[in-house]
Order: sequence, then structure tokens, then C-alpha cells
Amino acid sequence: MAQHSRKGAQFQAVTASLLVEGLVVYLTRDNRWSESLQDAEVAEGKEAGEALLARAQPFVANNVVIDTYLFEVEPGEKGLVASSVREQIRQAGPTVRLDLGKQAELG
Amino acid sequence: MYRYDEFDHQLVNERVAQFRDQVSRRLTGELSEDEFKPLRLMNGLYLQLHAYMLRVAIPYGTLSSRQLHKLAEIGRTYDKGYGHFTTRQNLQYNWPKLKDVPDLLAELASVEMHAIQTSGNCIRNVTSDQYAGVAADEIEDPRIVSEIIRQWSTFHPEFSYLPRKFKIAVCATPDDRAAIRVHDIGIQVVRNDAGEIGYEIYVGGGLGRTPMIGKKLIDFVPKVDLLAYLESVMRVYNMHGRRDNMYKSRIKILVHEIGAEDMRRQVDAEFAEVRKAGHLVLPVEEIARIESYFAAPAYETLPAVSPEFEAAKAADKGFADWARANLAAHRVPGYAIVNISLKPIGGTPGDCSSDQMDVVADLADMFSMGEIRVTHEQNLTLAYVRQKDLHALYQALEANGLGTANIGLITDQIACPGLDYCALANARSIPIAQRISERFQDLERQHHIGELKINTSGCINACGHHHVGHIGILGVDKKGVEYYQVTIGGAADQKTAVGDIVGPAFTEGEIVDAVETIVETYLDIRKDGERFIDTYRRVGVEPFKETLYATH
Repeated sequence: MAQHSRKGAQFQAVTASLLVEGLVVYLTRDNRWSESLQDAEVAEGKEAGEALLARAQPFVANNVVIDTYLFEVEPGEKGLVASSVREQIRQAGPTVRLDLGKQAELG
Repeated sequence: MYRYDEFDHQLVNERVAQFRDQVSRRLTGELSEDEFKPLRLMNGLYLQLHAYMLRVAIPYGTLSSRQLHKLAEIGRTYDKGYGHFTTRQNLQYNWPKLKDVPDLLAELASVEMHAIQTSGNCIRNVTSDQYAGVAADEIEDPRIVSEIIRQWSTFHPEFSYLPRKFKIAVCATPDDRAAIRVHDIGIQVVRNDAGEIGYEIYVGGGLGRTPMIGKKLIDFVPKVDLLAYLESVMRVYNMHGRRDNMYKSRIKILVHEIGAEDMRRQVDAEFAEVRKAGHLVLPVEEIARIESYFAAPAYETLPAVSPEFEAAKAADKGFADWARANLAAHRVPGYAIVNISLKPIGGTPGDCSSDQMDVVADLADMFSMGEIRVTHEQNLTLAYVRQKDLHALYQALEANGLGTANIGLITDQIACPGLDYCALANARSIPIAQRISERFQDLERQHHIGELKINTSGCINACGHHHVGHIGILGVDKKGVEYYQVTIGGAADQKTAVGDIVGPAFTEGEIVDAVETIVETYLDIRKDGERFIDTYRRVGVEPFKETLYATH
């Protein structure tokens, strides 16, 4: 499984791809999958992170999502922001096609 | 061009039906992702950063206008109205949905296309020279042998589970436009002293984490023995290639570790065995049948110099600029090879909208016998254009954003999709290429600089061929931040070389200035008539290091 967080990351969220569409989604506080990072549940600390990731597993078993993993986020003034460039691009869409991806669809 | 026979049709249609069933079983949960992943990869379907990505094979880069229209239609129906031409002459769709892929593949099959051999540890889609059949100094159309290899390698049971992927490229002119020395097997079509056509074979080239230049194993393999020789190489690799470590599993590592001499000895021994069995002697009639598909089209008898062409160049500066950069000499008088740049200033290298694909397909019908080639440098080529039609063709291209006059110049860059699309990438490639393109957009300056190839990869896997760029840029990740390492002196032609690293990596903010410093250094020290690569070969890396890091 891909590892996109870092050891000692304080805040983490869980992401995956929808099996049918392949689109990027985030595990929410009410145990759904949302295309918006702002809906994501944030786990603080290592143990909470592992528990959050474990919560994603039934969705893998039920063929809703694939490729689940934890990644580091930072709560900011305008909401949650992914820490790495990679996850920022995944969350928004290609930086060279601002008309595509979540940046275009979610506003 | 080659047309499928009944076996090809059956094979591709059966594959679509199989994959339809596999997708259906995956969606119902009968297959787990672990079970399904190798199956989807055998059909060119990856999971990328934002969505699935489907890689469509374009064998040896040749397309009919009907096929290109279909690719355009698929882009509109199943994707977001565009596709991306890759350094392996393939086309990638960036946004297909898993549930749609069986229908998409059925659409491809209706025009004799598929996604077979675009992924997995098999012999991949064979690549070749975009000037096949029309280059003046060509020994024989390299697509003949490419097609033979396609038929031999597709679903070859012995070579479907190799230690790692395996790439073959073919070239038939002294100028190598297919980068054969950085492929697992590179085939150079040659003629021996007796006037017979055969093949010089290079083995063990490759880019990626451990770049290697292919070693010549044999000077001349007769036509009838080509598959026997290739099979012998494959057997030695299949037997001894490492399966315990994916970073050491390519044939380049095997050849490097045992040496070219031992590799040659083992291949020769296997070759003797294969020939003894006699199964793989290529029937002369079959070679002739395939040759007939690549016979020269019915050319008109035209004057070597077209007055219409000359007059249009004198009257239209934009056309003259385009003709200067984008045309290549044709073997038939009165014709030209036209390169269509997919590198507009500030654009994404290799991207082509569905509308543009339709335009190119229509123009191919009007001006170039309905055939299009894809280049490994991510451009398109029309191979049969009458010089007197060039101006009309240019005007139509220009009106559709396809008239960029920069082939072989500094803004004609190779770039992989990078972190904007690719799940493996560490850094973005496309924005770097775009900003370099914008910095050097002045055409006069581009011509003043002359031939200069800048290749950018977003990770060490080197899809952007950075090792063999005259200037190579490799994106790296340092604690979640993008940095760019620069090499210079690489080349993928007949003097193939892996570039030298100049020093510490640059930030995203510094990289374009660094490229400009390299270019200015070259302009300062070049001698008359020297291209960038010539100057580098004369002076080495030191003068460039000095100017690049002078202030550090």
C-alpha cells in the first residue's frame, strides 16, 4: 500500500479512489466518501490515524473504494490543506488544466 | 498500412470480451482488487493520480485517419475531450471510468486498435521511425519488421510473464529517430556487403533508475532468422533476468552484470538451438505479404522544386518559418515530410484535443494519403504531402492551434505527465516545460540557439527521457517539495549518451533561469556551426557547472 504520510505527522486523513469511476475521495466524519477534502475526518496522532485507516477497510472489502491510505493534512484558516504537493494536486486537479478535476467541479 | 487479418480481428475481439467479463466480475466483487489489478494492467488500464488512465497502443506510431477520428470520438465520449501522445508513440486517456472501459475497448477494436502490450511484463508495443518509408537514406521500411515483431510478440505465451517489461525499437536509417540504443532491444536495419538486408541488434539499453546504452550483440542477422535471434535473446533474459528485485530485473542489468561477451555467447548458443529446431524461419512469402502493406503509395511525378511552395514562402513569413523548422526532406521529388508540433508555446507537450485530432485526420485525408504517424518526441507527422499543398495545409493547422514552428528547437521539448497526472511522479514536469517554452518563445532566438533537446521527467522512471536530453531535467521530491536535477550532454541518436549531472538540484523557482544560464553559456563558447551537443562534446560539463553555480 502506498505511504504518503510521514512519520510523526500530527494530523492525517484517509483518501482512496472510487472503484467504478477512479475518482479521488476522502473518508468523512459520518463514514461516507466525499470528493471534498473539507469533509474529511481528521485523525490526530498515530493511533487515531491507524483507527481511521481501519475504518476504511470495510469499504475496500465491499468494493466501494481502492487504494486507501493516510496522508498528512494541516488545518488552516480556509479549511484543511494537504501537506504534500502530491496530495494538493490530487485534491485539486492538474495544475496545468484548471478546467479539470475538483478545482473545476467543486469550485 | 497494415490491415488486420481474421486472426487479428478474432484475437482483439476475444480480448475485449474477456476484459468485459473481468470488469463485470470486479464490479460485482467476484474479483478482488488484488486479483483484478494484473488483469487490468494487461489491458493498459492504470490507476493514476486523479482517475484511471488507459494507454492505447499505436503500433510503430502509424495511424489511419479513420483510427485518429475514432481516438477523437473516444476522447469526447469517454474522456474529457483530449488525449496525450507519449514517448512510446502511444495515446493516453486520463479520465476514463472503469465501467466504461469495455465499451471503449470495443470502440477501439472497431478500428483495429487496442490497449494490448501497453502495460505489464510483456514485450511492449514496438516503436519505430516516424519517417518510415519516406526518408531518403532508408534501407527498408522499418515497419515491415516492426509488424512482424508485433505479430510474433502479441500474447506470446513464453514471454507474457517476463521478469519485467520489454521494449523493442526499430530504425532503418543512419540517423536514429527511434532511440534504439536506449531500448531493451534496438534493431538497426542494415545492408551487408553482398547487398542483402538484415539486422544489427543492440541489447540491454534503457533509461530509468539505471540508464544504460545498448550493446551491439551482432552485426548482421539475416531476415529469415530475425525472430529466431530475438527469441534467443528473450530466452536468455527470461532464464537469467532477476525476478527477486524489480530494480534489477530489466535486461540491461543482466547484460551489465554478465557483460556483452557472455551475453553474446549465451544468445549464440540459444540461437543455434532455435535454428536447429527450424520453427522460426520466417517464410519468404509471409515477409512479402507484410511488405506489400507498406509498399510506396502512388506518388505523382512532380518537379523537385514546387513554384507554388516557393511563392508562398516568399509571401507568408509565418509559413516560411514553419517550413524552415517543421519540414523534412522526402525521398520522392516534389513531396515533403511534415511534422505537426504538439508543443505550442506554453502548452502541454503531447496533448491533443479531440477537435485537433479530427482536424489532423481530415488533413491527412486531404493531403497525406490518410495516414498519420506519432513520434516518440510527442509530435505528429504527415509523411506524403505534395509541396504545392504545404501552404494550404499550414493554414489549416495554424487555424487550429497546430501551426507551431519549432520542431527540433528548444521549445520542442519532451515531458512526461509528471505529478499533474501520474501516481508515480515525484514532481511536476509539464509546468517546467511550459515555462521554458514561454521563456524561449522568440522564434529568432530559438533559431539562433539551434537544435537543442530539453527532456523533463517527473521521476527516476524517466518516461520523459531526461537522461538522453541535451539538457535533461529530473524532478525530485525533497520532503514534499519539488526540486529539479539537471543533466547535460545526453543524446538518443546514433551517438547515444547519458547526460552528466551538473550539480545540486534547483528549486522550481530557479530551474528556468538555470536552463537559460546553460543556454547562454553555450552561446558564449560555441564555435561556428556547433550545435549545443557538439559544444558539450568538445568542452564537457565544467564550463556549464562554473556558470551555473558561480553565485552559489
